[in-house]
Amino acid sequence: MSAEARIVAIVERHRHRDGPLIEILHDVQADFGCIPSGAVPVIASTLNMSRAEVHGVVSFYHHFRTRAPGRHVLQICRAESCQAAGGRAIESHAQKRFGIGFGETTADGQVTLDAVFCLGLCACSPAAMFDGEVLGRVTPESLDALIDAGTR
Amino acid sequence: MSVTAWVPRDAGALAVGAQATARKLQSEAKAAGVDLTIRRNGSRGLYWLEPLVEIECAEGRIAYGPVTEREVPDLVAKGLLKGAAHRLRIGPIEEHPWLATQQRLTFARVGRIDPLDLAAYRATGGYKGLARALELGPEATVNEVLESGLRGRGGAAFPTGIKWQTVLRQPAGQKYVTCNADEGDSGTFSDRMLMEGDPYALMEGMTIAGFAVGATRGFIYLRVEYPHAFKVLASVLSTAREAGLLGDDVLGSGNSFDIEVRLGAGAYICGEETSMLESLEGRRGEVRVRPPLPAEKGLFGAPTVVNNVITLATVPTILAGGAAAYRDYGQAKSRGTLPLQLAGNIRRGGLVERAFGLTVRELLEDYGGGSQSGRPIRAVQIGGPLGAYLPASQFDTPLEYEGLSAIGALLGHGGVVAFDDTVDMLEMARYAMEFCAIESCGKCTPCRIGSVRGAEALAAISRGEDRERQLVLVEELCDTMLNASLCGLGGMTPFPVQSAMKHFPEDFRLRTRGG
Repeated sequence: MSAEARIVAIVERHRHRDGPLIEILHDVQADFGCIPSGAVPVIASTLNMSRAEVHGVVSFYHHFRTRAPGRHVLQICRAESCQAAGGRAIESHAQKRFGIGFGETTADGQVTLDAVFCLGLCACSPAAMFDGEVLGRVTPESLDALIDAGTR
Repeated sequence: MSVTAWVPRDAGALAVGAQATARKLQSEAKAAGVDLTIRRNGSRGLYWLEPLVEIECAEGRIAYGPVTEREVPDLVAKGLLKGAAHRLRIGPIEEHPWLATQQRLTFARVGRIDPLDLAAYRATGGYKGLARALELGPEATVNEVLESGLRGRGGAAFPTGIKWQTVLRQPAGQKYVTCNADEGDSGTFSDRMLMEGDPYALMEGMTIAGFAVGATRGFIYLRVEYPHAFKVLASVLSTAREAGLLGDDVLGSGNSFDIEVRLGAGAYICGEETSMLESLEGRRGEVRVRPPLPAEKGLFGAPTVVNNVITLATVPTILAGGAAAYRDYGQAKSRGTLPLQLAGNIRRGGLVERAFGLTVRELLEDYGGGSQSGRPIRAVQIGGPLGAYLPASQFDTPLEYEGLSAIGALLGHGGVVAFDDTVDMLEMARYAMEFCAIESCGKCTPCRIGSVRGAEALAAISRGEDRERQLVLVEELCDTMLNASLCGLGGMTPFPVQSAMKHFPEDFRLRTRGG
């Protein structure tokens, strides 16, 4: 199926629902890894919205990406509880290990590093999530072990 | 020999290895020739003991913790499956002082039952609240909630009964019940724990709300950072439909109610109720100007109840036990219990549900056991990133709405984050502004621009540049944001900033870099 046909199929699946745009974007991102720029006009015309409206929603939410992430995504919590428990050291450890900042992907396309503001694991701060796997009481060693196991 | 063990499936427990522990326990039991059934529960909220393993014994559920995968072989060899002695043995979990001294109403079931087990929910009083509401009728149900004194647990603390009454009084037609599960405040996790640990309580609360106000549709707006809660909710919704607890004929009453879960997309502002409604409608989560209130014109322009997870999940308890029983807890205008969440740099973090009135110090010392680092606790932030920082001199303040607002602080969603004496309060003030800048929806200027300028000015102070003028600028920005922002994000970001400046002025003085 062409990319456009896949997007149309997703839109068709949701268009009967009330306020379907964000649901559609979630499914597009699940399918493509991001919201490809070609998706915006297709979604807009099917929903009878302007491209600007759709783009406005995509760009508003931190979760939606316009470029596909690396093969693995590491999210590190930057919020207060994690900072209080030594989270800054985890942030810099990850940045140093991959040689990238938040919002960036390693040159080999392996890992994207993202900041996240609270994973709700605050009683086990500092916290991180790697490819959907939660990690609490993070130490540089436990973070490395999780990443090594996941990228092996 | 056949044994039943409980290992939480709560995300907090999984984050410290509960899944590996469960797997190892199963394989070690098999090797020892024991027929072991592992059941999955929510977390009891004693997170420093997670993964907490409970063994069903004659004297009740005997707990061990923290049980990492590596500890399992030794524990099994020394008789864990019989509840035998071990250095990790906690004893009967319900007698643990940390738990036994709590007053768990909203969290009564969390950690005790398998959250997916509808029969267990019903066997522990579940759906009694809805049955009573159906007997009472809508008006009397709203009155019960009103008389219970329940106030919104999301942070705004508006009386729930008044909200419901407003929606009930709107002309009949399409109305909605929406649950705000966009728990974005750092230091809070009670919504997550409840949704993962006792999701039927939330379903039941929403169903009661729907019946009380005449709404047939409910939405749960769940943050995308909570994938575990999403799975649990999806599972229990379909079970509830099959069991006739949702759908066209709820509990055989002839009333119709159903619930849909919608995922957010990583925007803190969507925890603000009007922004959440915009997002539920599939739009940018920009706040709406009020009035009209959501209770009059909310989701898709229809009268809408917007309540937090804990508020809604508390409603079944109130209906089942009666308003007076709930009202008996607490003090003054803060009635009932509050699930406090203790986090940050703390030895024993977790969930403490108590009647309103516990002091900050009691929470930090009696429950928290002081800081994790062993250093003095210098500051706590209460109520998330928009909450004030309290210095140690204010730790005797009671944790209730009026007590905190009297010292210029707020309770918010009940999260308490502890910081030890290594914290740099100037940096925390700068971070508060940075967070606001990242999360601002951009609709109003004080928040959009004020936060960026505020972060810049505080960074300049930290570099020692033009300190006096920058401090004046920060004060002026705070004043503008406080008084002219459209919603609480811009309007409350000054709280952490100003409280840091007021209570920790030494951190804002000129410092020698690298010294």
